[in-house]
Amino acid sequence: MSKDDQILEDFTSREYEHGWTVDFEADEAPKGLNEDIIRFISAKKEEPEWMLEWRLKAYRAWLKMEEPEWANVNYPKVDFQDLKYYSAPKKKVNPKNLDEVDPELLKTFEKLGISLNEQKRLTGVAVDAVIDSVSVATTYKEKLGELGIIFCSFSEAVHNHPELIKKYMGSVVPATDNYYAALNSAVFSDGSFCYIPKGVRCPMELSTYFRINAANTGQFERTLIVAEDGAYVSYLEGCTAPMRDENQLHAAVVEIYAGAKAEVKYSTVQNWYPGDKNGKGGIYNFVTKRGICAGDHAKISWTQVETGSAVTWKYPSCILKGDYSIGEFYSVAVTNNYQQADTGTKMIHIGKNTKSRIVSKGISAGKSQNSYRGQVQVMKRATNARNFSQCDSLLMGNNCGAHTFPYIDINNSTAQVEHEATTSKIGEDQIFYCNQRGISTEDAVALIVNGYAKEVLNQLPMEFAVEAQKLLALTLEGSVG
Amino acid sequence: MELTQQAQTAEFFKRLNPNKLAQNRLDIFNQAKEALIKNGLPKLKEEEYKFTAITKTLDKAKVSLLPAEKFDISASLTRKEVIADLDADIIAFNNGVYDANLSSYSPSLNVNVEDGSTETASFKKHFGSYAKADKDAFIALNTVYAKEVVHIHLAKKEVLTKPVIFRYYQSNNQETSYPRVLITSEEFAEGAFIEQIISEEGSGYFINGLTEIYCAENTHLQYHKVQKQSKEAIEVNTLEVFQEKSSTFSSYLLSLQGGMLRNNLNITLNGSGGEANMNGLYLLNGQSHVDNHTSVDHREPHCNSNELYKGVLDDSSRGVFNGKIYVRRIAQKTNAFQQNNNILLSEDATINTKPQLEIWADDVKCSHGCTTGQLDEEALFYLQARGVGKVSARAMLLEAFAADVIANVSIDSLRNYMIDNIKERLGAHY
Repeated sequence: MSKDDQILEDFTSREYEHGWTVDFEADEAPKGLNEDIIRFISAKKEEPEWMLEWRLKAYRAWLKMEEPEWANVNYPKVDFQDLKYYSAPKKKVNPKNLDEVDPELLKTFEKLGISLNEQKRLTGVAVDAVIDSVSVATTYKEKLGELGIIFCSFSEAVHNHPELIKKYMGSVVPATDNYYAALNSAVFSDGSFCYIPKGVRCPMELSTYFRINAANTGQFERTLIVAEDGAYVSYLEGCTAPMRDENQLHAAVVEIYAGAKAEVKYSTVQNWYPGDKNGKGGIYNFVTKRGICAGDHAKISWTQVETGSAVTWKYPSCILKGDYSIGEFYSVAVTNNYQQADTGTKMIHIGKNTKSRIVSKGISAGKSQNSYRGQVQVMKRATNARNFSQCDSLLMGNNCGAHTFPYIDINNSTAQVEHEATTSKIGEDQIFYCNQRGISTEDAVALIVNGYAKEVLNQLPMEFAVEAQKLLALTLEGSVG
Repeated sequence: MELTQQAQTAEFFKRLNPNKLAQNRLDIFNQAKEALIKNGLPKLKEEEYKFTAITKTLDKAKVSLLPAEKFDISASLTRKEVIADLDADIIAFNNGVYDANLSSYSPSLNVNVEDGSTETASFKKHFGSYAKADKDAFIALNTVYAKEVVHIHLAKKEVLTKPVIFRYYQSNNQETSYPRVLITSEEFAEGAFIEQIISEEGSGYFINGLTEIYCAENTHLQYHKVQKQSKEAIEVNTLEVFQEKSSTFSSYLLSLQGGMLRNNLNITLNGSGGEANMNGLYLLNGQSHVDNHTSVDHREPHCNSNELYKGVLDDSSRGVFNGKIYVRRIAQKTNAFQQNNNILLSEDATINTKPQLEIWADDVKCSHGCTTGQLDEEALFYLQARGVGKVSARAMLLEAFAADVIANVSIDSLRNYMIDNIKERLGAHY
């Protein structure tokens, strides 16, 4: 046992590897939140009048809302007046290509392992990088443009494609949807916008990297993905933040619109700074993600690997409005030390013959709390709806917790809904079996956890799967219960 | 004035006369009163009463929350829903208050009706220790308004030869009754209990019952409840069970009819080797609304809990299920299983289910499963291909689905009564 404790100790003392900061000059808004700050942000971004109106409306709604407290997480409340709502790396012009990007910035991304240059050359992944909520570089724009695909920062889209933004922004996650979505709608500084025209299959993976760099800032980015009828896109998102003692807030909004026969695949590897081993610092990750299958035969698939953040509060959801539409949710959530995660999904079946599938794998270690919270709702009109949910939890050590809160609300007698959940630990016999065959205990744990999470990891695009697997092994090796 | 506000005013408590209560009882009474004044009745959308808008329903039915007076129980009412061939000790309640005339039990059964002025040692120790007023508004309400407490005590190694049946007779004036029962035991005791609520067809009332059961070491207790009430009945009942080492407790619930029925079942496993079995079956039609909330708190290692709740919902009935399993940090080697299966027969039926696990110990086996669907078309076809008519085939499959919930009821006459009722409801007469 003492050896196990030792391994556990080693593992819990492991530091966060992305915890550095880079000093580049940043344009910042003063601390605090009021209408002037929102006007300041809007002016900074040279936004049109309607955009400012939209922000102010959201802000006024936010003022009337109460912070949600139903999630199974405990954390000191965020002082919304003690945050900076705008921080942008200073730059003179919009870079046309990578040579014009601030070399300091490029170094940052190289440190992160996302060399923009390399990505461009080798993998053919188009990247939109967002630092402190401002989009700094988007690659491959021209090549995508030939196909009619728009992939750019959100503020660029506001200027260049106002008709699309007006039409789709807030159509899936209304500005007043919930407390954090309203806050985001009021103060969001940038994000990514992606538009795939009718019948176009996006030839490469689109990707966004988020990083919080400045201290005392909140990151509020917004992603909008529109796939017109018959379009296909696979979208990746990754994120990191420096180590700081205070908690930082990340409140993002992701909206996906899928037309008839369109398919959108959204993958996330979330690796925000989780705080140190005593639970000090770390990111509050309060994210609203929702997609709508607006047309018949549309499909939205969420895949997430959650390893970071001090507190996570995130429920990627699908509204299955079109007949025969499909929603999928695959998740691996790992918590360690004092991390808390309350994550899951919502599947709202509105159309006929809609299908959804939920696979959630939770792994808790250290003193962390890991919750699955999900809802499957079958509306009255949704005949022949089908859902399968599976949420498994793996506990490592005796100081952590695993919780399951599935809500299943059925209003139609033709629905077929199944839910199953199990909680277990890595068996001594499994470890022994591996040991016997010359696999060390640490490797055995990594092996078993990878096998446990495989169903989800298999859903990730290649490059991401490798990264996620590495992350999982790093986070959990040696933590034998 | 709204009911919630009404239940919080000084006016509301005026009719109470707690002066004669013994000190311990008075403390519990005061705590309940404070909890009620502070929290009131459940608000709309409150998590624990999310799908059961109980306060609104009581308001709408114009129910008075003040405790009902005794009424004249007709002979025909006493003959209603009598379980054939059941030899049992009968404890009768008239609008929630103990009725000596209709009760009949063997002299060996230790029954005390406590009005609160004096207290026996075991009553003092157990009363109000498990059902805490700050946990639920209806526990508080019952604690404040239950005039008398029927206390049944099983001595060491006492094995009840006959089951004890509680028959709650209800009047029909939109009044509220607050029956309160305490069952305590000493080591190695065994016994079975049955609960029935008897009312005239078409009578409206609110019954807020509360039963606390203390299972001492190595005891074996069973509690059965059949809900076949008038279509206007509103009920919130709470069964609080506290189990010591190596005790076994089983509950069986059959819900057949009622307006809005809310059943709270809370079990605490407080000693290793304890076993809790929870079985529930709800066969609903019309406008019936049944809400089952159960929770099992595993506080010690090596305990087992098994939960099986099934429902068949027809017409515009609504079923709600919430099962919580808590496994505390020290409760290693816990086995906890939970299963909730539902069949919807009509377009307008609704089911809201939330099977919930909260686990803090790592060496445990816990699982829950939940399904909602229809009858298997292929099974139906199989039977039809063998000459069974569609209606009969359907009934046969439904009966098979439902019957295993009550298969382990050990009192033959009660099981037969339950099966007859299930068959009648599902139209399974062939």
